[in-house]
Amino acid sequence: MSTNSQEVLLEMRGLKIEGFSEEQWHQIVKGVDITLHKGEVLGLIGESGAGKSTIGIAAMGYAKPGCRINGGSIKFDGIELTTASEEQKRKLRGARIAYVAQSAAASFNPAHKLIDQFAETVIEHGVGSREQAYKDAKELYKRIRMPDPDQIGFRYPHQVSGGQLQRAMTAMALSCRPDLIIFDEPTTALDVTTQIEVLVTIRDIVEQFNTAAIYITHDLAVVAQMADRIKVLRYGETVEDADTRTMLSAPTQDYTKSLWAVRSFRKEVKAPPPEPTPLIKVENVTATYARGLLPVLYNVDFEINRGHTVAVVGESGSGKSTTARVITGLLPPQEGKVYCDGEELPRDYHRRTKDQLRQAQMIYQSADTAVNPRHKIRDIIGRPLSFYLGLEGDAKDRRLRELMDMIEMDADQFLDRLPSELSGGQKQRICIARALAAEPSFIICDEVTSALDQLVAEGILKLLDRLQQELNLAYMFITHDLATVRAIADEVIVMLQGRIVEQGPKEEIFSPPHHEYTELLLSSVPEMDPDWMDRVLEERRAKGGITAAGN
Amino acid sequence: MTDTKSNPESADAMPPPPRRNESQVTVALRELRKAPLSAKIGLLIIVTYIFVAIFAPAIAPYGESEIVGPQFDLWSDTNLLGTDHLGRDMLTRLIYGARNTVGIALITTLLAFVLGGTCGILAAVFSGWIDQLLSRVVDVLMAIPSLIFAMLLLTIFGTSIVNLVLIIGILDSTRVFRIARAVSLNVVVMDFIESARLRGEGFAWITMREVLPNIMPPLVAEFGLRFCFVFLTISALSFLGLGIQPPTADWGSMVRDTSTLITYGDITPLLPAAAIAILTIGVNFVVDWFLHKTSGLKEEH
Repeated sequence: MSTNSQEVLLEMRGLKIEGFSEEQWHQIVKGVDITLHKGEVLGLIGESGAGKSTIGIAAMGYAKPGCRINGGSIKFDGIELTTASEEQKRKLRGARIAYVAQSAAASFNPAHKLIDQFAETVIEHGVGSREQAYKDAKELYKRIRMPDPDQIGFRYPHQVSGGQLQRAMTAMALSCRPDLIIFDEPTTALDVTTQIEVLVTIRDIVEQFNTAAIYITHDLAVVAQMADRIKVLRYGETVEDADTRTMLSAPTQDYTKSLWAVRSFRKEVKAPPPEPTPLIKVENVTATYARGLLPVLYNVDFEINRGHTVAVVGESGSGKSTTARVITGLLPPQEGKVYCDGEELPRDYHRRTKDQLRQAQMIYQSADTAVNPRHKIRDIIGRPLSFYLGLEGDAKDRRLRELMDMIEMDADQFLDRLPSELSGGQKQRICIARALAAEPSFIICDEVTSALDQLVAEGILKLLDRLQQELNLAYMFITHDLATVRAIADEVIVMLQGRIVEQGPKEEIFSPPHHEYTELLLSSVPEMDPDWMDRVLEERRAKGGITAAGN
Repeated sequence: MTDTKSNPESADAMPPPPRRNESQVTVALRELRKAPLSAKIGLLIIVTYIFVAIFAPAIAPYGESEIVGPQFDLWSDTNLLGTDHLGRDMLTRLIYGARNTVGIALITTLLAFVLGGTCGILAAVFSGWIDQLLSRVVDVLMAIPSLIFAMLLLTIFGTSIVNLVLIIGILDSTRVFRIARAVSLNVVVMDFIESARLRGEGFAWITMREVLPNIMPPLVAEFGLRFCFVFLTISALSFLGLGIQPPTADWGSMVRDTSTLITYGDITPLLPAAAIAILTIGVNFVVDWFLHKTSGLKEEH
């Protein structure tokens, strides 16, 4: 990575982009300057709505439908892109500037083989023949250590894993040996154990081919590994711009400092009290989605105590959410029982009493789909009040205001609004209020912060922690984000392929000796240290066990 | 960072944008002003038809089945559009036709929607064998050409207005069922439905309060289109003599009754046909506009 390289590849001056919504034009990007040298990696970070993707795409001289570039200049290797013809830009795109999108699964054409999609750009731009492209693809697959590099290209997109697909896309971006690659949140949708493989691939490629890159992400720890220089954006404006190490060790702006500090929240851990009857007891549960299919849960067995938080971690498909479905009664288990406060719960939620249903509430990952878009906040939170507790009129109104106070939102401002008028974090707070309205003793939180920006997520975690202390709530916290687990859990359950591989108090799980899988999971979580990835790779190589790129 | 009050830095604490203080009427009027010309013409046509239908007795120069002159009289000052095969005033019959044909079609469409819509949502919410049963019954009904099936049923049960409404209503409810089920399926997989189920809500709440408000836009658009089809079916049946029976004025039967005139180069039989066509076009214009507005299709810039 040659940071102080001489030659400027991309230069944006006073870039302005506006978007059309609600019948008028809004400024999305308000005059941003970017200078990118050859072989340099620039990290763009910021919360959603900061304009980072819009700027990234603008580096190709492109604006999304409904957006337009309305000021400033974009110079790529001496070519002014804002005034260039479509023909000129088409020649650049794919050949000299490539783009890697967040969702590889949505970006590949499912009807064509990987290698043919690789070859398409090469042939289109007249760089080489199909045979040459095939040869090059295999060579690249080998270099990024894809398993079976000679054959894997002849598979269809659905025949490889998500991580492999994202890496195949990175290889594809390289097919014409571009000068610049734009990575738009390439690992956001992946599990941590897969994420590290993709990160290694991207960094290898950028180094080996001396390609310049713009790396867009909201994950600070990831950008710390990838970028030479970091640019922090907010509301379409530059907040701060410095090289990675300076930025991490000595940020100057308050906003940057607040971003850096978000991972600092830790709740006080409570010792597991010797309670005779745990609040929730899951006993030997085996569950399957349809008769005749393999079980998705095998002998899952754990307890949750009053006022405690149990975090359930694992990759996608490990059975975390299925466990929640068994507890709520949405998926009656094949074998095993669920107890609440010592009393056995009926397997199917239809058979549970109103009071049993009231005791266990649920908060979902996506607050957008968890509230009815056609109901006002008043009705969303008010329904459990009248349904379970029979509150109406003034009593209901008073309780609504109390609940809004609890979630730190202004009742007068929000009660008569529709969910679409609220931000993501506010919607999640409404979901929390709806759960609280039922006066439960136990709340299942299914990835409640993973769709939110870090600062907002931090606020939600603090809120949940405070509510737990005030109301003595028990939480089952389903997540794949270990930073969240560190912040909020009392006890941890690690799941893999439908089985619990390790469980116990947080400190025990987070300190060695680990179960092999827990080790892999823990060591894959990026840290805010630019040397973290090298260190992990070093350690793994030394052990000779799990290699980063191995599957 | 241990302060539990919301973080002023986070987007979370941002106050929501100020709310526009407008009544729904103002919003509707603004939308209307921006509507394309075709939608405005469509609305004008519909409003005119409704006006004529409601005030038919006041507008019409004669009584609905009053004989006012010789048979097949030409257009004149006393009978603006001439008379039909029994000597009744054509203009009067056309005006009353708006009331009868449109009114019956509207009732039939409503019946189709209540029946098909309820069953469609029911199938989506319950899924399993209820969905299978309803869907297969609908498949069978849809497999039979509906006009021929309607004619068959009308010959069996007799041609009364009640039978007409029931038979066409039930046959057309199959199409409504299909669309209601399809759009409901998109809604019932949402977390808020799961949340309502876990709360212990009954079928009525889930259908009426959770699902229905979210599927209204496509259903309203379908209502417009369905109305056109029902209206055309009834006119077709009337033309064949199986629909609305004389002496009630109806556009379909009016075309049949005066059809011989066309051989003499008189365009009178085309007038009720045009009345049918214009309303169909008008409703379609409005539905197009409505669908465009609600489906989120935005013009690209």
